[in-house]
Amino acid sequence: MINELAGQTEVTVDRDADADADAQTHAYSHADPVSHTDPVSGQPRRAARVNHAARFFVRRPGLVLSIILVLLVVVAAFWPGGLSARDPLRGHPANSFRGPSRSHWFGTDALGRDEYSRVVHGAQLSLKATLIAVAVAFVVGALIGLVAGCAGRWIESLLMRFVDVLLSIPSLLLSLALVTALGYGTVKVAVAVGIASVAAFARVMRAEVLRVRHATYVEASRSCGGRWLFVLWRHVLPNAIGPVLVLATIDFGAAILAVSSLSYLGYGAPPPAPEWGTLVATGRNYLSNAWWLTALPGLTIVATVLATNRISRALDGEWVRQR
Amino acid sequence: MRRYVAGRLAQAVGVLWAAYTVSFFVLYYLPGDPVAAMFGGGADAATINPAQLDELRHRYGFDKPVIVQYFDYLGKALRGDFGNSVSSGRSVSSTLGHALPQTFALAGAALLLSVVLGGALAISASYTRRRWLRQALLSLPSLGASLPGFWVGLMLIELFSFRVEWFPAFGHGGLRGLVLPAVTLAVPGTALLAQILAKGLVAALDEPYVQTAQSKGASRWRIHLRHTLRNASLPALTVLGLIGGQLLANAVVVETVFAREGLGRITASAVSTQDIPLVQGVVVFGALVFVVLNLIIDLAYPLLDPRIIASPRAGRAIVGAGA
Repeated sequence: MINELAGQTEVTVDRDADADADAQTHAYSHADPVSHTDPVSGQPRRAARVNHAARFFVRRPGLVLSIILVLLVVVAAFWPGGLSARDPLRGHPANSFRGPSRSHWFGTDALGRDEYSRVVHGAQLSLKATLIAVAVAFVVGALIGLVAGCAGRWIESLLMRFVDVLLSIPSLLLSLALVTALGYGTVKVAVAVGIASVAAFARVMRAEVLRVRHATYVEASRSCGGRWLFVLWRHVLPNAIGPVLVLATIDFGAAILAVSSLSYLGYGAPPPAPEWGTLVATGRNYLSNAWWLTALPGLTIVATVLATNRISRALDGEWVRQR
Repeated sequence: MRRYVAGRLAQAVGVLWAAYTVSFFVLYYLPGDPVAAMFGGGADAATINPAQLDELRHRYGFDKPVIVQYFDYLGKALRGDFGNSVSSGRSVSSTLGHALPQTFALAGAALLLSVVLGGALAISASYTRRRWLRQALLSLPSLGASLPGFWVGLMLIELFSFRVEWFPAFGHGGLRGLVLPAVTLAVPGTALLAQILAKGLVAALDEPYVQTAQSKGASRWRIHLRHTLRNASLPALTVLGLIGGQLLANAVVVETVFAREGLGRITASAVSTQDIPLVQGVVVFGALVFVVLNLIIDLAYPLLDPRIIASPRAGRAIVGAGA
């Protein structure tokens, strides 16, 4: 079963690599007549490219919306004041439990704090946790895959059996076990989520390394006297990393969900800090009289996950295929 | 056939052992001092003095070398003894056994819902000739996969318990109390199953045997139910094992949201109190569910597709390619 799943990822990855190569030849043949007209300045070619990009985005309004939303989340994370002037921690008790209105887009909570500004400020912790989770999964997984793919023999089978075991424990349970061992906090939750999704990265990386390892250019570099580490860094890694990067963008949405689930369960940042999962958990207490306190932070999570999934789908194939 | 079964059984036992080993070292060795983590993190942290800690260390066997401890614990685990829960003092296996029926009922209902809903969604998407309807149906799974479970649960409570009062919001109201949690738990599985099945069905429609059936005068319904569904269900069966494990893990969130007693609730509180033996019991149990489900699925393959028995390697390759 595990092998089959791996086979599945490998198959899709290979197909994408083919599509990539296809698209590139296609792009060249397409651009050729243009570059013929003005090979020196390259101006018309750039214009054609801009035109192409514009058409690509106009045909995909959902993708444009997704990009805008993700940009907004990034702005919220680094410069929350730009999106909301209100203090997320100071409340006006007289203003408690106001429904969504023009002055309070997401309503106010039990202490009269503006929920919209809490969601905006919460983006920082949630995005930070997600980035750490994806980075941990990416680095650890890619390293395991790289070592397994290059070393071969017993090291490879040992590492890949270990990865199989990680896959056999449901990922949320594995995260929970890691949280038990590491303790609470945004960073620890993020690391736990990251470790739990190492397996997929290791598998894709190993598959790619195996594909590249015996390529002609690698053997050529070896036969020219290149040291193994140099060849690895200069030739194997750059050619194998692509699908792993795509996997990282796909993993992003899943990481947001996992991090918010753990912070909903109360293992993330301690209460006063606004984290998306924690906001929903707090809203739960007022579900019967203030629906907006659970619905709107939750919708923010859903929208962000949908947007990152849409973008990763575009990166995965549509963009290159279109060109 | 006997060799196939024996091979699968040995693999299952190996994975289970490795899952136990990984969880042992993660839970007991990552924190540095498991005794301090288990007994120091609670409310009575100040009341424990070093002498007591030493005594506890001795009682739990943590004053012995690591490797001795590991084999001690493994030996006990083989006899079904996972130690005692730190917070309640009851044995881990009886605690889990006590909570199991509730969670099995919930997970079973969710699995049934996933299969029925996911199957219906995939078949209707493949059956319909209206392009817009197919697009709409096929976009549902990726939406479902982007919803955080805790939020879905809270929204269902808000709509169906508080607004229209059809179902109880919390606790166990018999079958009626099972509906909302089961629906919540079924969402991710339904999405995954519908995605895989729809992909398989659409691919199967291009196969030559469909043309043969058409030329013999079979109706569209007959082709779908008798021909393509059978061939497309093999990869869907493969992910069923994955879904089973995820159901158990997601029950942690769903049972917390709906305040149901069960394995998930126990896990959530065990993580909160750093009840290491209990968490390890749950993790190993999760791996057991995954392994057993996959064993059943592996043994069911030859019944569905005789090619697998004829040549195990080739058969698995076919299954993998179908996915």
